Amino acid sequence: MEIEDKILQTDSKSEEFVINVGPQHPSTHGVLHLQIKLDGEQIKNIEPNLGYIHRGIEKMCESMGYKQFIFLTSRMDYLSAHMNNQACSLIVEKGLQIEIPERAKVIRILMCELTRLASHQLWWGCTGLDMGAVSPFFYAFREREMILEIFEETCGTRLTMNYITPGGVMADLHPDFVRKVKEVVNQFKININEYYQLLTGNKIFQSRTKGVGRLSKEDAISFACTGPIARASGVTCDVRKRHPYDGYEKLDFQEIIATEGDCFARYLVRIEEMKQSMHIIEQLIDNIPEGNYREKIKGVIKLPAGEYCQRVETARGEFGVYIVSDGTSKPYRVKFRTPNFSNLGVLKPTATGSKIGDLVAIMATLDLIIPDIDR
Amino acid sequence: MLLLYTSNLFTHWIHSKLLSTFGNVGAFAGELLIVGISIILLVVVMAIIMIYMERKIAAFMQLRLGPMRVGFWGSMQAFADVVKLLLKECLTPDKADKFLFGFAPFLVLVVSFLALAPISYAPGFQLWNPNIGILYITAVSSIGVIGILMAGWSSNNKYSLLGAMRSGAQIVSYELSAGLSILAIIVMCGTLSTQEIIQSQANGWWIFKGHIPAIIAFFIFAIASTAELNRAPFDLAEAEQELTAGFHTEYSGMQFAMFFLSEYTNMFIVSMIGTTVFLGGWMPLHIGGLDSFNHVMDYIPHLVWFFGKVFVSIFVIIWFRWTFPRMRIDQLLKLEWKYLLPISLVNLVLAAFISIMGWHF
Repeated sequence: MEIEDKILQTDSKSEEFVINVGPQHPSTHGVLHLQIKLDGEQIKNIEPNLGYIHRGIEKMCESMGYKQFIFLTSRMDYLSAHMNNQACSLIVEKGLQIEIPERAKVIRILMCELTRLASHQLWWGCTGLDMGAVSPFFYAFREREMILEIFEETCGTRLTMNYITPGGVMADLHPDFVRKVKEVVNQFKININEYYQLLTGNKIFQSRTKGVGRLSKEDAISFACTGPIARASGVTCDVRKRHPYDGYEKLDFQEIIATEGDCFARYLVRIEEMKQSMHIIEQLIDNIPEGNYREKIKGVIKLPAGEYCQRVETARGEFGVYIVSDGTSKPYRVKFRTPNFSNLGVLKPTATGSKIGDLVAIMATLDLIIPDIDR
Repeated sequence: MLLLYTSNLFTHWIHSKLLSTFGNVGAFAGELLIVGISIILLVVVMAIIMIYMERKIAAFMQLRLGPMRVGFWGSMQAFADVVKLLLKECLTPDKADKFLFGFAPFLVLVVSFLALAPISYAPGFQLWNPNIGILYITAVSSIGVIGILMAGWSSNNKYSLLGAMRSGAQIVSYELSAGLSILAIIVMCGTLSTQEIIQSQANGWWIFKGHIPAIIAFFIFAIASTAELNRAPFDLAEAEQELTAGFHTEYSGMQFAMFFLSEYTNMFIVSMIGTTVFLGGWMPLHIGGLDSFNHVMDYIPHLVWFFGKVFVSIFVIIWFRWTFPRMRIDQLLKLEWKYLLPISLVNLVLAAFISIMGWHF
């Protein structure tokens, strides 16, 4: 396909005109460039233009060892850094056929669910911000800050944690970990009411999101959507339920499904997912098993020649890693299947025919992370 | 009614002094100068107070402290911002319509100033008392939209144009409801002069004594005037997440400051109209039967009453902005044409009926 076809042109004879949203624009949350053909306020066509933050992570991974390339994955979906690391660690453990200690598994799940919570809280704040309600942003960051402090204490960093490694986790939990997580849980139960008052129950917010950006179940499947977006359209796709890893099979939690497929359904699915994450954390926080937090493995890992793949559920959907190994200390080929790339695809079918204001609502509820799309 | 504080004496003293020193023409020119300077000072001081107020209220609603560094509790922040804006370069984009681009901010600001003329701040404290005061304000304030359209068109920016078009549609629509809701009160008090409207509320504010039509009119006025101000939840003209900054995307420096100042002046004016028409202007709060309470209320100066009510209204407008999400353009127009306009038309008939039957107090 020629590049000229992709770039929309303004036709001077018609009423339609093209505007460029991005790469620097307040509502794209990153360097996403959208070309929108408008007829007045109505969107006639929309064309995402990618590549502004492409760093060649997949290629860089091929020149690094199996312990090293994991650090790059934190930089893709930076709000789900733990889950990305976990997927890469799981694939290495699968290749080496080692079993990690129970304690490490529990710590991993706790960390991942905290990440999911923090990620959804950030999304909640940004959704409000995109719709013109500035205050929810600060309320969301108040809770997120508590979680980031936990990460800072245990992992040493707040955003790109690089905490989950092959064999377990990088370091043992901080002594304050259990107390602080319980604080987060208690605080969240109080604050979820504020979420309701600020956005969920707000009539203007509901009118902005209900029936807007409807995504049908068929479209969700054919565009390979995953995560809350697909689940809001009635597709069951929670990897934690369907292909459990690291002991998710022992836990009691629900996969949240909605059928409407509009922005409000996506919103509610994420709010409910936050509650489910809380439920998972509550089950584990008092029963962290004693023992080793990391299985000792060799410094230089060599996976047996062959193909490996592993998928995990990040806050935005299914994250997959596919590795071809030729038996050396570096992977022959690495491919990441990132949720945001597929989720971006539905922007065109959902946003075409709606207003500019709706585009912002759709972008907000698709919850795109641009470095994850470009890699 | 008790007229404890009146500025008539003061103004008469200045007038006679000027007359005896400079003669007829000189006194007239001197008075124009004094009035002009004082009105500019009033607007600028009010805008600075409102900006500080808005930033602090927004901050406290958002679990922050707001400006804290410049001056005591950041009280000098607004002055620092003004200096910054004065020092900045005013950029004009390539291919912009230079004349209209430069003229638009002036037009918007001048219109805001014009609407200040017939406002009665306290007994005898008024620039101009025409018998069509309210009509004049509604007529003049709708010129502002031309400035916004000019700014959007001349910027040669698609975002600006979209913002200006939205603003045009919005202000033209909501002008109707705002006007009709004021008209409901005008019908009951039978005058368009701001001073007489306030004096008709000596025995009770219109929102209390106008029965249901006055309350409905007040709510419609609150919604419609917020929409006319282009403020959240109706800030579609400058929706930053959709249109970056709407009609003033391309403006910088002092030209931007003029839009900013006129936005705050308009907020001030709308609050003053609301206060004059619905909340009794400078009339103190009286509760029937509580004579001692009423007497104490009379001792509070009229200016304090007037500006107190104005700032309460401003607080409500700020409160709207920091708690509501933004509406969409079609929802906005639907709200006006399908709900507010029919309701205010029916309300006007109801008010006329109540007025004819003499049912209001």
